[in-house]
Amino acid sequence: MSEKRHSLSPARFLSARRRHRSAGLVVLLFGLLAVGSAYAAFAPDNAAADNSAQSQQIEEGKKLFAVGCASCHGLNAEGGGNGEGKMAGPSLIGVGAAAVDFQVGTGRMPAMQPGAQIPRKTPAYTQAEIEALAAYVASLAPGPAVPAQDSYDISKATDEQVTRGGELFRTNCTACHNFAGRGGALPNGKYAPSLMNVDPKHIYEAMLTGPQQMPVFSDQVMQSEDKRDIIAYLHALQTQTDPGGFGLGRLGPVSEGLWGWLGGIGLLVCVAVWIGAKGVKAKGAKAE
Amino acid sequence: MSHDMEKATAADKEHPPGPVQVIADPIQDPGIEPHEYRITDIDTKAADRVERQVSAMFTLAGLLALGSCVAYFAIPRNSVLEFGPLSGNANNMVIGLCLGLALFLIGAAAIQWAKKLMVDEEIVEYRHAAHSSPEQIADITDAFNQGVAESGFSRRKLIRRGMLTGLGLLGLPAIVLLRDLGPLPGRSLYNTIWAKGIRVVNDVTDRPIKPSDLIVGQLVNAAPANLAPMQDENPTEYQNAKAKAAVIVVRIKPSEIRTRPGRENWGIDGILCYSKICTHVGCPISLYEQTTHHVLCPCHQSTFDLSDGAKVVFGPAARPLPQLPLAVDSEGYLVAQSGFTEPVGPSFFERG
Repeated sequence: MSEKRHSLSPARFLSARRRHRSAGLVVLLFGLLAVGSAYAAFAPDNAAADNSAQSQQIEEGKKLFAVGCASCHGLNAEGGGNGEGKMAGPSLIGVGAAAVDFQVGTGRMPAMQPGAQIPRKTPAYTQAEIEALAAYVASLAPGPAVPAQDSYDISKATDEQVTRGGELFRTNCTACHNFAGRGGALPNGKYAPSLMNVDPKHIYEAMLTGPQQMPVFSDQVMQSEDKRDIIAYLHALQTQTDPGGFGLGRLGPVSEGLWGWLGGIGLLVCVAVWIGAKGVKAKGAKAE
Repeated sequence: MSHDMEKATAADKEHPPGPVQVIADPIQDPGIEPHEYRITDIDTKAADRVERQVSAMFTLAGLLALGSCVAYFAIPRNSVLEFGPLSGNANNMVIGLCLGLALFLIGAAAIQWAKKLMVDEEIVEYRHAAHSSPEQIADITDAFNQGVAESGFSRRKLIRRGMLTGLGLLGLPAIVLLRDLGPLPGRSLYNTIWAKGIRVVNDVTDRPIKPSDLIVGQLVNAAPANLAPMQDENPTEYQNAKAKAAVIVVRIKPSEIRTRPGRENWGIDGILCYSKICTHVGCPISLYEQTTHHVLCPCHQSTFDLSDGAKVVFGPAARPLPQLPLAVDSEGYLVAQSGFTEPVGPSFFERG
């Protein structure tokens, strides 16, 4: 009998004892163990992978920051100097990833030299490096994130949206950037840059973060769709043809008048000189 | 005319003017240089050549005028011409170039014609004496006096008075019509549509604003919430109201603000609201630099420091931008504590 009992298959063994008093407890223990092992097998691994990728990016950003940015902005982005010296960059704690993506993505940072205003130039970093820098600065304190692509996607903009963008642009932006988005002068050598041929993402980030002397237009007040409509309007301005042939900076009567004066008056002066000039004379000759 | 001239010099010789010694002719009159003939005057072939040139220019002008008509119909309206970096509407450009060149050629042909072929004679034309001769003056005076006597203007007093009254009163309508410049503005220059509890909303989108929506460095071009409904009811009044009530809301680090005495509770955590209308001649201003807190008026460069009671730091404006006292309503939105405490916009006569 004992032989027989020993030869019972495990399934039978379990089946025979399924009504045992502690069977429920054993099943529960098995269940917990299975779930626990499964969790241990998958979840912590993923989290660890994510964390390590992110922290690796932040670490990489920190290294780039130490080399390229820390001389002005401080080793820990706390800002350089006492804020009075022109060399000192501002604190970057809390400026968010959007500010870094704008400043480095448009080539304004790293700045070549201190001055009234840091100009736009060819970016010095690759997109991956910019993302690493942004991740590092964003890790210091919460700030505006880089906007999602659909928030500045203007490919489906309707005429109504462009018109609305124009109203918003004329109310909020033209004071500095000119009614045609061509930029304009500000006091003490500063200027509002032209908005032509600027990446829609960078226009969005500029409104979101307020770079240099530009004020901030936060997403709560100037909502995402408002910003998108403004960008769509700027795009419409940029793609408009100039019916006369020359845009002349679209600065209106000033530039047109200047060209009229230089070209038109110049031509009239030439003609007046021609009218007044004496023609070639036949010296000493007499009419037939 | 040379006749008059001779008379005048004759009179001067009779009565030499004043004690000043007149030097008869300080610069020798060089006279007219001897006439020289043009090549076209002596060479018929050259003259014929110029004739052909002029005729060709006129004909070409006509062809270009026709060309502009052809271009009007033949070139599609939306086609674009490109020359390297320049581009323009092809239809527009070709019509303009044809017409411009045609007009220029007509002018050039006329000049060439006049210079080369028309008669080439040099004449001296003397100036008139500036005054009339004494005889003419006497004649005119006599005629005038005779007219006065014959009309009886000085004798018939009744007619004279009637005429003067009639003509004098004719000037009155011109003065009375000036009344249409009015009516006088009364108290309307002192008030805007801001009042206690009116919400501050975004211009264009009309969305109300919560203090937490604004971050340091923020600029909002804003308007009173009671403005938008006026747009359909009374468009003219809407424009007037908007021109006076437009405001800018900014958020500045509280540590950078110098609060004016009596305005301690006019802002909320560094959120300040000022009139958008320049106090110089009333341009709307929103050229705001968040780094300096300066607002600059594009018209005449008046600059206001919003962190220091919007005091004038540069330019011709005479007084700071009026500040709107802010509060928060029960739903957490920004509202006005009251209307503006002083008139917005430029100075005016009654205000001084």
